Amino acid sequence: MSSNHTIVTDPHPILGRFTLDSIPYEDPILLTTFMVVVIGSIGIFGAVLYFGKLKYIWDEWLTTVDHKKIGIMYVLAAIIMLLRGFSDALLMRSQQAVAVSSESGVGYLPPEHYDQIFTAHGVIMIFFVAMPLIIGLMNLVVPLQIGARDVAFPFLNSLSFWLFISAALMINISLFLGEFAATGWLAYPPLSGIESSPWVGVDYWMWALQISGIGTMISGVNFVVTILRMRAPGMKLMQMPVFTWTALCANILIAVAFPILTVCISLLTLDRYIDTNFFTPAGGGNQMMYVNLIWAWGHPEVYILVLPAFGVFSEVTATFSRKRLFGYTSLVWATLCITILSFCVWLHHFFTMGGGASVNAFFGIATMIISIPTGVKLFNWLFTMYKGQVEYTSTMWWTMGFYLVFTFGGLTGVMLAIPAADYVLHNSLFLVAHFHNVIIGGVIFGLFAGIAYWFPKATGYTMDETLGKWAAGLWTLGFFVAFMPLYILGFMGMTRRLNYYDNPVWNFWLLVAAGGAVIVLCAILVQLYQIFAAIRDQDKNRDWTGDPWDGRTLEWCTSSPPPFYNFAVLPDVRDRDHLTYLKKHGLDGKPPPKYEPIHMPTNSWAGVGIGMLSLPFGLAMIWYVWWLAIISFLAMIGCFLAWNFFAKKDYWVPVEEIEAIEKKRWEDYALGRNYQPDVDPAQGNTSSTVSL
Amino acid sequence: MSDFISPVPEEGYTGYVKEEHHHDMGGDTIFGFWIYILTDCLLFASIFATYAVLRGNFVDAPLAIELFELDYVAMETALLLVSSFTFGVAMLGANAGNKRQLYIWLGATFALGLGFLVMEVKEFIHLSHVGATPWSAGAWSAFYGLIGTHGLHVFFGMLWLVAIVFHLRRDGITADNKVRLMCLSLFWHFLDIIWICVFSVVYLMEMV
Repeated sequence: MSSNHTIVTDPHPILGRFTLDSIPYEDPILLTTFMVVVIGSIGIFGAVLYFGKLKYIWDEWLTTVDHKKIGIMYVLAAIIMLLRGFSDALLMRSQQAVAVSSESGVGYLPPEHYDQIFTAHGVIMIFFVAMPLIIGLMNLVVPLQIGARDVAFPFLNSLSFWLFISAALMINISLFLGEFAATGWLAYPPLSGIESSPWVGVDYWMWALQISGIGTMISGVNFVVTILRMRAPGMKLMQMPVFTWTALCANILIAVAFPILTVCISLLTLDRYIDTNFFTPAGGGNQMMYVNLIWAWGHPEVYILVLPAFGVFSEVTATFSRKRLFGYTSLVWATLCITILSFCVWLHHFFTMGGGASVNAFFGIATMIISIPTGVKLFNWLFTMYKGQVEYTSTMWWTMGFYLVFTFGGLTGVMLAIPAADYVLHNSLFLVAHFHNVIIGGVIFGLFAGIAYWFPKATGYTMDETLGKWAAGLWTLGFFVAFMPLYILGFMGMTRRLNYYDNPVWNFWLLVAAGGAVIVLCAILVQLYQIFAAIRDQDKNRDWTGDPWDGRTLEWCTSSPPPFYNFAVLPDVRDRDHLTYLKKHGLDGKPPPKYEPIHMPTNSWAGVGIGMLSLPFGLAMIWYVWWLAIISFLAMIGCFLAWNFFAKKDYWVPVEEIEAIEKKRWEDYALGRNYQPDVDPAQGNTSSTVSL
Repeated sequence: MSDFISPVPEEGYTGYVKEEHHHDMGGDTIFGFWIYILTDCLLFASIFATYAVLRGNFVDAPLAIELFELDYVAMETALLLVSSFTFGVAMLGANAGNKRQLYIWLGATFALGLGFLVMEVKEFIHLSHVGATPWSAGAWSAFYGLIGTHGLHVFFGMLWLVAIVFHLRRDGITADNKVRLMCLSLFWHFLDIIWICVFSVVYLMEMV
């Protein structure tokens, strides 16, 4: 993070741009963090070796192609990155709370450090928290909801995950080796060009996003094929659970939008590495081209994040209102409308470009139109609750918090969609408040609801409901305390990304906002404790039946956690709510008459191999270590070819193995059914209330 | 529960399928490859858009209209178009199980692709010598960016072709290898279509 590093103009043939002062060893905060990370990693690795678990972790997790395990790993990695991104948020809030230059100096963070923090915060929260949570939940849930045994391309799924991990590691390495971008999360040129950002920060940004973006694109293709071609027999498109529908739309958006990001970053890479003139006006480039390209990806990205969250709320609302979802068809069409409209609004991110009245009017109106299908969805959920037997579980708390926070954020969004108003509010804290309002209220609450809802499916035991309600309540309260002041500050003229300011009137509201961040910190601590408590008390909260919430859709038909093949015999789907249909006709909870061998993909070392080789490749490109870049790139190709030519890709599970697993499953099921009535209802285990 | 409209299940319905049908995994792969081609389309669309924005920005560099040689590029185009035809004949050979026909026409495709790439690289070298380099002006950056991306795709397609020949020599014309050939042929024809757009948008538009 130091500003006195050497800018190497003539890279060393072996070390590239790396010099000893690339390591910020004179910064005590970073040095301590680094030591903790190193000692922690050695400790974890040592513990793995000591308990002889290395082979278990390699066989069962690192090389796995099982979508459920990959989903769990995505979520775990995202939670770790959430802590990193939230630490950045706390640093920013505390810096701005004290950075009134007239009173207490200019805070404690120097500008070049502060700029990296707000850049890292945005990049981490979108790419390394929200995206992996979304993709993790889709991995975990979608194949189960459609009655498939895995995704269409299990090896590519593993590869996507490890590319993401490699990029996440790259971001964290930038803390201790060099610097991160100080450009804001989308790295607009000319600031991100080689002249204004000569060192490695922007290169870290580019390669981390490029590598994780390619991984995401592969995931998108994978899930589109999975959902369109691998549904259980009988399941028509309009019988898919809503979460699967939203996942389909999100993945279509990924497949269509992420190539634009790839191009955008590649062109910036060319500008920085070989002096092309795509975005340098003096050389005949056009920097607004960059801004258009990045937002033509960036706006659909918003819907990639929020559509699956809408899907979660649809599942949760229907399940806990004990009612069929109101207006399924209109909800699906609303989702499709949003999918298409999301490509017609990107310019509202830069009305101030000066595209002219008609251009701005078009994009302003298109933006406002999106609020219509979104409003349709809200009414779908409200009417689902209407006359339902609503059970206020922690997932419903998240959902109620979402209605409140997201609707508010949607309304301020419509305000920003008015070009004339946007000229005033552009780049102010009003905007910062708005997008946190929709992303926290929509995406993050949805993902937390989804995690609480499917936690028992992934692990086999439920989380504590009371703690979950505390987390949801504190998050909602903390959100309002932290971000309402930002709306006010926006109206008072405070722009975003300020390292310090000399207007003492702002200070009061920034102190309030910092207080809100502390409330959110409490909420996150409650959540971490909730996970810890769930693991500690797992024997008390075991989900024996696989259906802890009296669920409606296919994923609750199998055990928790499901066997590696998900369904011993594939379901024959007749209804949108398959499990509710079975319950209504008294067919639930019955083993299949006979078993047949099951065709499954084999684990593969190649996904983790190629993914982890992309880490030295990316670092070598960042530091101009060309020999290492060439070697690691060729090694990646070599790994792929070795997999392609020699790996055994699938096998058959024999009937005896299935019978043994299923015998245990149905014993557990019977146990769970008989045991359930004695369970304290506060635990949220209510599957005995099934209407038979 | 009055909102159920689904029919009452027939006698003997258990909620499970009676018999599992073999899932067509090769079909998944080909469908997935179509979706991948969609993503590649968007990739090229973004680069085309960039080219369209920057195509007039020559600053001090030589103008494209002074340097383009349409005859030369038409020759390149012909090579690539014919290679699509030869790949088609190769696929007919694969479907007929005729290994000899397959190898001969795959070889012809490879040779034509190589010829195309050699011509393209020679054009690049020529342009660079007369002052039109990727860094000389925005329009030339966009030119090299667009045509270079297409060229890299062709190069990658040729490596893929070699890999598939190794697969074929080891295992013969199996179902797996037919899926591989099918995907590569989609890819190859797709690059052809992209090239037609490149030829029209970059070269022909400059001439009118």
